[in-house]
Amino acid sequence: MCLGIPGKIESVYEDHGTKMANIDFGGVQREACIEVIPDAKPGDWTIIHAGFALNLLSEEEARETLDILEQMGDLDELEAMKKQDQSG
Amino acid sequence: MANQIPDFLSGYRNAKLVKTVLAEMHQTVTQPWTLMEICGGQTHAIMQYGLDQLLPDEIELVHGPGCPVCVTSLELIDQALMIAKQPDVIFTSFGDMLRVPGSSEDLFSIRAAGGQVRVVYAPIDAVKIAAQNPDKQVVFFAIGFETTAPANAMAVIQAEKLGLTNFSILPANVLVPPAIEAILSSPQNRIQGFLAAGHVSAIMGYWEYPPLAEKYQTPMAVTGFEPLDLVNGILATVRMLEEGRVAVENAYSRVVTYEGNKIAQQMLAKVFKPVDRNWRGIGTIPLSGYGLQEAYQRFDATQRFDTSGIQTEESEICIAGQVLRGIMKPSQCPAFGTLCTPQTPLGAPMVSSEGACAAYYRYGRKSS
Repeated sequence: MCLGIPGKIESVYEDHGTKMANIDFGGVQREACIEVIPDAKPGDWTIIHAGFALNLLSEEEARETLDILEQMGDLDELEAMKKQDQSG
Repeated sequence: MANQIPDFLSGYRNAKLVKTVLAEMHQTVTQPWTLMEICGGQTHAIMQYGLDQLLPDEIELVHGPGCPVCVTSLELIDQALMIAKQPDVIFTSFGDMLRVPGSSEDLFSIRAAGGQVRVVYAPIDAVKIAAQNPDKQVVFFAIGFETTAPANAMAVIQAEKLGLTNFSILPANVLVPPAIEAILSSPQNRIQGFLAAGHVSAIMGYWEYPPLAEKYQTPMAVTGFEPLDLVNGILATVRMLEEGRVAVENAYSRVVTYEGNKIAQQMLAKVFKPVDRNWRGIGTIPLSGYGLQEAYQRFDATQRFDTSGIQTEESEICIAGQVLRGIMKPSQCPAFGTLCTPQTPLGAPMVSSEGACAAYYRYGRKSS
């Protein structure tokens, strides 16, 4: 039920005064209501649930989290290399 | 393909990063911890990616009641069935709800018997059906958590805008924080940390959680749905537990902010008000659901149709209530996979694409 799919806003329009958008989901196009993200513009990313935008999706935050987790991996590798040096 | 998933999203399915986080978790954990993922969507993702089998043995995941279809009360389902049977009614619902057993039948059987039951993907599609069928009463079964509530509210607002008098909803929304409190305050509770549901928090933010975390000394992490999100949320919670720290952390910051979506929250406050709600298998939780505000009462299907005289009857074998409260695992049910399967479900958790029983069945978790 709470499944949300990330999609990219292609274009925005109004239907009976309600804010709507055409959204691209990795090649599949669908319309969705964007009434609660009124500042959304083409090119922005959002999360859609039941034909309704929940919030904008921040590319910057997405990259920052990935960077932190990648650094965690780099540190692990560094530790492993140190151990190898010590034992070798 | 013309539109590839960008790296800042596909990265959340990166196996190497998932392994990194899992390795960190194995290093961090020193003692057993019991966590609950409240959201059924997360239960399914955990099973689908086999994450439950990659976690350190010390970490037990208990599946929460975050499956709206599963917790919708039998009274509400029987009400829905009663309304759907009436002539000149088009009953609309998310597809998940159609096979959920009521006391004696389900929405599918009503459709098979000639009733007009239609599946909609979006609640506003039900409003479109109402606009196209002025001689019919169109009713939408407004289930879901805070994630779905704004879409349900929007349908009511849209119907009002269009001046429709033939559209109504059967209000059935449920709310997460009161459910968390009901679980944590139970004498049987064994949950030590929570994964707070990411998409509920996209709407509501997570400002409601710190007082709960503090009161019950239970750390929480707002968690997303991709494999990397899930292990990252679990790691955040385990770290807090190991450090003896009680806080609410956000492991889904690309979608969730502390305040949440204020415009959506305003829309909810305009259309809905908190009401006591009976959760199937759990019982009544105070102020844990949404009813319509006075100004929108005319869109309440229970005021438009007479649904009195319902006598509910639950399956005697089904242990859905204990599964939903995290007391029993689906595979501990005597009917699991034999009398009860997705084709012939005894309880809602075997029906829903988010139900814990369906997840165990589909991904082959035969034993606990």
